[in-house]
Amino acid sequence: MVSGARLEVRGVSHAFALEKRALPVLQAIDFIAEPGDFVALLGPSGCGKSTLLRLVAGLEPPSEGQLLVDGVPITGTDPSRTIMFQDPTLFPWRTVRGNAQLGPEARGSLAANAARIEAALSLVGLDAFAEAYPHQLSGGMAQRASLARALVNEPRILMLDEPLGKLDSLTRLAMQRELVSLWQRERFTALLVTHDVEEALLLADRVLVLSDRPARIRADIRVETPRPRRRDDAGLVALREEILALLGLAQAA
Amino acid sequence: MSATTLGAGLLAPSRPATFWPTGWVAGLAWIAAAAAIALLPDADDLGRTQALAALAAGVGGLVLLAAFGSSVPALALRLARLREAGPWLIVLAAALTAWELATAKYAVLPRPFFAAPQSLLEVFTDDYARLGESVWHSLLLVLPGYALGAAIGFLFGIAMGWSRLVGYWAHPVVRLIGPLPATAWLPVAFFAFSSSRGASTFLIALASFFPVTVLTWSGVSAVSKAYYDVARTMGASPWFLVRKVAVPAAMPSVFVGLFMGLGASFSVLVVAEMMGVKAGLGWYMQWAQGWAAYANMYAALLVLALMCSGAVTLLFRLRDRLLSWQKGLVRW
Ligand SMILES: Nc1ncnc2c1ncn2[C@@H]1O[C@H](COP(=O)(O)OP(=O)(O)OP(=O)(O)O)[C@@H](O)[C@H]1O
Ligand SMILES: [Mg+2]
Repeated sequence: MVSGARLEVRGVSHAFALEKRALPVLQAIDFIAEPGDFVALLGPSGCGKSTLLRLVAGLEPPSEGQLLVDGVPITGTDPSRTIMFQDPTLFPWRTVRGNAQLGPEARGSLAANAARIEAALSLVGLDAFAEAYPHQLSGGMAQRASLARALVNEPRILMLDEPLGKLDSLTRLAMQRELVSLWQRERFTALLVTHDVEEALLLADRVLVLSDRPARIRADIRVETPRPRRRDDAGLVALREEILALLGLAQAA
Repeated sequence: MSATTLGAGLLAPSRPATFWPTGWVAGLAWIAAAAAIALLPDADDLGRTQALAALAAGVGGLVLLAAFGSSVPALALRLARLREAGPWLIVLAAALTAWELATAKYAVLPRPFFAAPQSLLEVFTDDYARLGESVWHSLLLVLPGYALGAAIGFLFGIAMGWSRLVGYWAHPVVRLIGPLPATAWLPVAFFAFSSSRGASTFLIALASFFPVTVLTWSGVSAVSKAYYDVARTMGASPWFLVRKVAVPAAMPSVFVGLFMGLGASFSVLVVAEMMGVKAGLGWYMQWAQGWAAYANMYAALLVLALMCSGAVTLLFRLRDRLLSWQKGLVRW
């Protein structure tokens, strides 16, 4: 059984070159996620949430600062840090199952993971569409296929970039429940980017509220409410008001 | 390559088992053509006139049978494809009649440049052995050359798209030499190779090499970075990225290159056979022209067209199989 990894983000700043000028995106981001933590990232559009996940995934080195997993600096990609991208980016030449098995196939452990692949497909409710090609899927189905592809990899850190954004509210509720029970079973460290304050509060132990670009951490909010959580729980409702106020301020500034 | 899937869908009949007036007209048009061929006197002494009439009558009979079958529910679905061809069947019958009248019957068009239809038929019935042998020789020459050039071009294109170093050195060379028609190398090739077969194979390979290289290269270069990111975060090796990401993503572009290369290879084939190789359809046409046997020349031209079109059809079938994941493929 793999368990979650400890993620340290130390004074990370990042800038992109946009039309020859530096565009600062992240500014002095500092936080530690303990093994098995479920951390939600909330912030206005374009503030740098996806960029932060790319840095943790090891797809890009930060302009400044350090990222460490269990004390070891991140120098590149690693299958123990799996990311579900904001765009589904399914490979159009592969079926849903072909896409889901991408990770094990790349690592040469396809046979050992056959059951896990089928389990991931049924968890996202796509077992009937395993042989369908991406152009035959709806937007929400593509997103679920992409989620299955990420879950198959037994990650120690799982990054989810708005994983449920295109789903209707009922499917969304079901998938939220599935995500929590999966996380409780496998105890990976989870980083969830979402626009939905309620979703962040239902799923996460901690909510990091980011400012407008360049993103700084405005607030680090602990959610102590025991699971299973109800959306009308008094504590959660109070936290929701607090976060909305923070985001409102962030937008006004 | 004209009808898109949408267009084909619009042309498909909506109610299969119905009266098919176009079919009846087409069948009668072929019977009329047969009658004109058989009953009007030839202006000259020509062979195979009655055979041609029998052939036209046969086609007419089959079309009439199909028209009858279209009203039978059990057969209607099987004949749906043929129904689409109805207008063409009428036009072909009319064209055959006009051709026959203008050449064999009234000699309006100067002979022997304009051969009569029965003269073409005569070539097929009397000279089929030599024609068949020519087709065989042409295929034996063009296919290995094409396959060789396409295979090398495919590998080279991937290397150019994948490796900065290969791209840096190969790009200027490909840009300079690529647009040059392969036939321009003809004198060099026949000088450099001891056999005309070797020279032709080289030229045919060269003709398919460049389009396949360029389109594979551009296909690989155009692969979205996001696909590589996905695969890399899951532990893919560079070799996996090439085989399972770059190559499949570039396949639609590779097939465009294979298609263009096929056309270029055929064009080099014909030139090479006319210039030095003593076999094949190009040589047959050259030979027929030397003897003023224009009917043979047209017959060979028709066979060549069927051969090229058949090869392209096969290539498109292969593409449709391999790229079934793409939606909205253009039909050949
Ligand atoms: N490769 C890049 N080159 C230049 N600028 C980039 C690049 N990637 C992102 N950016 C810029 O960085 C900023 C943050 O982008 P990012 O995708 O991290 O935002 P986000 O917080 O995920 O937004 P959203 O919630 O809309 O997804 C944006 O202003 C974007 O223009
Ligand atoms: Mg984003």
